Amino acid sequence: MNASVRSPLPVNIAPPSGSLPSREMPSAASMRMTVSHVNFFYGPKQTLFDISLGIASNKVTALIGPSGCGKSTLLRTFNRMNETVRHTRLEGEILLDNQNILAQDVTQLRRRVGMVFQRPNPFPKSIFDNVAYGLRINGSKLTLADAVEKSLRHAALWDEVKDHLHKSAYELSGGQQQRLCIARGLAVEPEVLLLDEPCSALDPISTAKIEELLVQLKDLCTIAIVTHNMQQAARVSDYTAFLLTGQLIEFTPTPHLFTTPTDPRTEAYITGRFG
Amino acid sequence: MTARLRYRKFVSGFMLGMTGLAALITVSVLFFILGYLVYHGGTSINWAFFTKLPTPVGESGGGMANAIVGSAKLLLLASLIGVPVGFLGGVYLAEFSGGAIAFIVRYAADLLNGVPSIVIGIFAYALVVLPFKHYSTLAGSFALALMMIPITLRSTEQFLQAVPGALREGAMALGASRWKTIASVIVPAAYRGIITAILLALARVAGETAPLLFTAFGNRFWSPGWGQPTASLPVMIYTYAISPYDDWHRQAWAAGLVLLGLILVVNIIARAILARGVSIPRT
Repeated sequence: MNASVRSPLPVNIAPPSGSLPSREMPSAASMRMTVSHVNFFYGPKQTLFDISLGIASNKVTALIGPSGCGKSTLLRTFNRMNETVRHTRLEGEILLDNQNILAQDVTQLRRRVGMVFQRPNPFPKSIFDNVAYGLRINGSKLTLADAVEKSLRHAALWDEVKDHLHKSAYELSGGQQQRLCIARGLAVEPEVLLLDEPCSALDPISTAKIEELLVQLKDLCTIAIVTHNMQQAARVSDYTAFLLTGQLIEFTPTPHLFTTPTDPRTEAYITGRFG
Repeated sequence: MTARLRYRKFVSGFMLGMTGLAALITVSVLFFILGYLVYHGGTSINWAFFTKLPTPVGESGGGMANAIVGSAKLLLLASLIGVPVGFLGGVYLAEFSGGAIAFIVRYAADLLNGVPSIVIGIFAYALVVLPFKHYSTLAGSFALALMMIPITLRSTEQFLQAVPGALREGAMALGASRWKTIASVIVPAAYRGIITAILLALARVAGETAPLLFTAFGNRFWSPGWGQPTASLPVMIYTYAISPYDDWHRQAWAAGLVLLGLILVVNIIARAILARGVSIPRT
């Protein structure tokens, strides 16, 4: 992180053993989600244009781009969260494990594709009840206490809250609340976890904790993260997609995107010329 | 410049005085009424007032036990009818409707809230009293319920809408259905406000006389069940206050004091509920 200050680029990725890894994207078979030719409309206004990309299994995929580029909208199509907004329309196909998510029951889909939001949004319940919420509504047969502990451990929050699980979630700090929201999402054991700028409301120390956590969570599930912080994308992600005005400009392994971008617009953005 | 400054200071001081005076008048009206009630009715409040039936004219003593029980029964049944309708309607308005339907329901509720209570009474008379061919607790409760519905509905809606949308999204992102989200996250987050609103609606209708005049009518004896005419505190006050007997006047004052006391207590409970912080339901 310190090195990046002196780097000509805003981020500094040391290529392993002096050379960049392969530019190749993973094969279609190793994709957890596949997005093909997605167009999205808010009323008459089109905000996503013919987007196709894959979210690789057990990797972190970052979506970056300036404000209003459609990165959050794209992320929210993965669990059909956009459908809660009136007058929206989606065209194209999104596959989760080769099944079209648009043809599935939406509540089932959201159990498989969890989401963490920009601002921590714990429920006005106890810490325990927050994590147990997803299990309870799904009528889980698991012992709640064990499952809650497991999720809190995965979210690196257990040691901080284990002695007051029945306190209100609002008594936690912002960073703790966000990790609680991650634990809440993990409790239902999703295959994919979507994070929509999860650190934008947090301080640097909380941010570092969550970034560390994301890298560990790769073993557990597939992660897609929207961020406007390029350093963050560089630090945590394996693949990065750069979006601009609703179009996918470039999608490559992260080191390539930040060191040898092929599109001049990508280069302009990562060198801080706009956005 | 100094003249200008003096003028500005004068205006500022004058307006501060006027607003303070208006506030003082508001508060003192309440205390004036309370004092007046205590002065005239305080002496008639004794154990018999709460336990005895009214006595015939000329006989001293007696109480309003039947009116107190009657009011309690009227309010209980009115709540059982009015609160579910108002609450569920409010949930629909806040969570499910949009555009034209919401506008119509909201507008209708506001108009219903503005319908004079005597008109509500006539309506209940035509709808409940006429078919059953006699006055009843049920008819009175129906009239009061009609008054509670719009208050409960609008305030439920407002408290639900005040719940941050982020909570709604959080629950839905975990695979909660629309109804599950409302029942397990949105309503619990707003329930203090909703309960407060219901209590205030109850306090509001507790003192209504007009809707009861020709629905619950009145009764000088106990009213068993729900199908008989029943006494109630507001109607009792009305009847006793316009009578020519000093003894009845004193009892009317006392009834007014009891009624106001009950409404104050309900208000205080409502504020206490609202003032408590975020709830932490235990497992």
